[in-house]
Amino acid sequence: MIGFISRRLVQSVFVMLAVGLIAFGMFRYVGDPINNMVGQDTTLEQRAALRKQLGLDDPFIVQYARFMGNAAQGDFGVSYRQRRPVSELIQSRMPATLELSFISALMALCLGIPMGIYTALRRNGVLSRAFMTISLIGISLPTFLIGILMILFFGVMLRWLPSFGRGEVVQLGWWSTGLLTRSGWQSLIMPAFTLALFQMTLIMRLVRAEMLEVLQTDFIKFARARGLTERMINFRHALKNTLVPVITITGLQLGAIIAFSIITETVFQWPGMGLLFIQSIGSVDIPVMAAYLLLIAFFFVIINLIVDLLYFVVDPRLRIQKT
Amino acid sequence: MTQNAEQARSATTASPGLLARAYQSDLFYSFIHSPTAIISAIVAIAIIIGAVFAPLIAPHDPFNLATLDLLDANLPPIWNPEGDARFLLGTDDQGRDLLSTIMYGSRISLLVGFASVLFSLIIGVSLGLISGYVGGRTDSIIMRIADVQLSFPAILIALLIDGIARGLLPRDLHDTLALYVLIFAIGISGWVQYARTVRGATMVERNKEYVQAARLIGIRPFTILRRHILPNVMGPVLVIATIHLAIAIITEATLSFLGVGIPPTTPSLGTLIRIGNSYLFSGEWWISIFPGVTLVLLALSVNLLGDWLRDALNPKLR
Repeated sequence: MIGFISRRLVQSVFVMLAVGLIAFGMFRYVGDPINNMVGQDTTLEQRAALRKQLGLDDPFIVQYARFMGNAAQGDFGVSYRQRRPVSELIQSRMPATLELSFISALMALCLGIPMGIYTALRRNGVLSRAFMTISLIGISLPTFLIGILMILFFGVMLRWLPSFGRGEVVQLGWWSTGLLTRSGWQSLIMPAFTLALFQMTLIMRLVRAEMLEVLQTDFIKFARARGLTERMINFRHALKNTLVPVITITGLQLGAIIAFSIITETVFQWPGMGLLFIQSIGSVDIPVMAAYLLLIAFFFVIINLIVDLLYFVVDPRLRIQKT
Repeated sequence: MTQNAEQARSATTASPGLLARAYQSDLFYSFIHSPTAIISAIVAIAIIIGAVFAPLIAPHDPFNLATLDLLDANLPPIWNPEGDARFLLGTDDQGRDLLSTIMYGSRISLLVGFASVLFSLIIGVSLGLISGYVGGRTDSIIMRIADVQLSFPAILIALLIDGIARGLLPRDLHDTLALYVLIFAIGISGWVQYARTVRGATMVERNKEYVQAARLIGIRPFTILRRHILPNVMGPVLVIATIHLAIAIITEATLSFLGVGIPPTTPSLGTLIRIGNSYLFSGEWWISIFPGVTLVLLALSVNLLGDWLRDALNPKLR
């Protein structure tokens, strides 16, 4: 188990280094960093001095190492557009994105898994058919369109929910939270649901497919022959064995939620990192783009590691094998 | 039915043409027995015809500035009392007829969709063939890159490539090149699926006798890949391509909606939705909703066709 985890750790470090190389390449070679930092009236000598001071004349490897070293300490340089440290910008936007992602992941899991179980157990029920139809819509409708439809319906026509922004936020240290106010929760509902819908349908379909497969296996037939109750068979035996693939996909989807929040945040003007990223693309603000890329890669790597660890918790067979 | 089949058979005996062969195939049989597939095909073909022949059948030319009148801006559809008889689905913020703009917009969406799928397919299939046939270090390098890329959502990669392209290209050129940048970005973000599938299939085919025979008589590896292996791995590729087409169209729309895709001067469906989005609050819902409905119909029908094709080509389900 330790061997497996350490191999995974090494792999993660390589992924981070590779993504770092891309981020560094963007920072260094897309546009001239000096031109983006100084005004028109800076003389050539001043530019050269600044270039020297920032170490842009150093060999590639040295610059790359310095870039990664700084990034590891949370220093991503200064935003071209806003003239503020990127780390500061990201820090002020991160709580919004993480709260949104966390709530919608929770929504997707808490609705998706029960729906999946239900549709697997009552395959021909009316409710199951309804769930399957909803899931088809959830997969075919583009995220931004769902957002627009929700704004049109609940925001413009019914006027029940605010259609943009985060509502009132409470400052807890550097973390700004919208989860403590009424308007914060009201503003959260629509974006979180929009973001959750796709993942929810995915989880539901996955749980359903896995459940149906496991219910066909011999050990379930055997459990039934032993005269166990339906409830026992379904939940103790069948559900437990569907969890491994569900955990993998859900873990990967959590990362996807953070990345997909770019779209949801744009639709609902949610002041998170995704909106920051989109604005930075529009204005070619390379340091922000590079930082966002690294950060997302970091989230993905961490989530993947946690998923790998969870396997050992869920599946006892893995604990015995020395892989 | 039997009469048709007989006609088809006699047609084959007379001249085994491509059409007759297609008519007799299992695929066609499965198609005419699947109502979902037929309806999806009708919807998809209708939208494609509307898009391809837009210059001939569209009621207005939305790009001809001479015919545009700002006084016609934001008119509702004709069934609304304030609607104008000239504009069936109403007009957008510049007074362009929405129906015509949607037709021209679908043209761009479909163009980007098909082109980027083709681009992904070429890269993915070639890399998959090489990876599966050569094996060894080449294989592991290609597959590692694929693994890293696969751990990021395609939309993020497309956004990033678009951002980099914006930095590299001069600003005044960017709008004219937006279409190509978009095709490139979406194309690059989608090759992994093809490569993985083709690699797996190639590894199976590589060890079969016909390939070994071809190798023995001294055919060059490139020719073996192209003439012998490629035709045998194309089935699943076709299925991936159909489903990928829907994804590519949605990705294009999403990027354009986010404001980093097709510029509003020649709007695609996504750009139109973006334009309409800012008028949503003042009650002009049609600018966003009609292009949105077109997009969903297109994506849904292509998706359903892909599902059908997957099942029809799957020998297990036959």
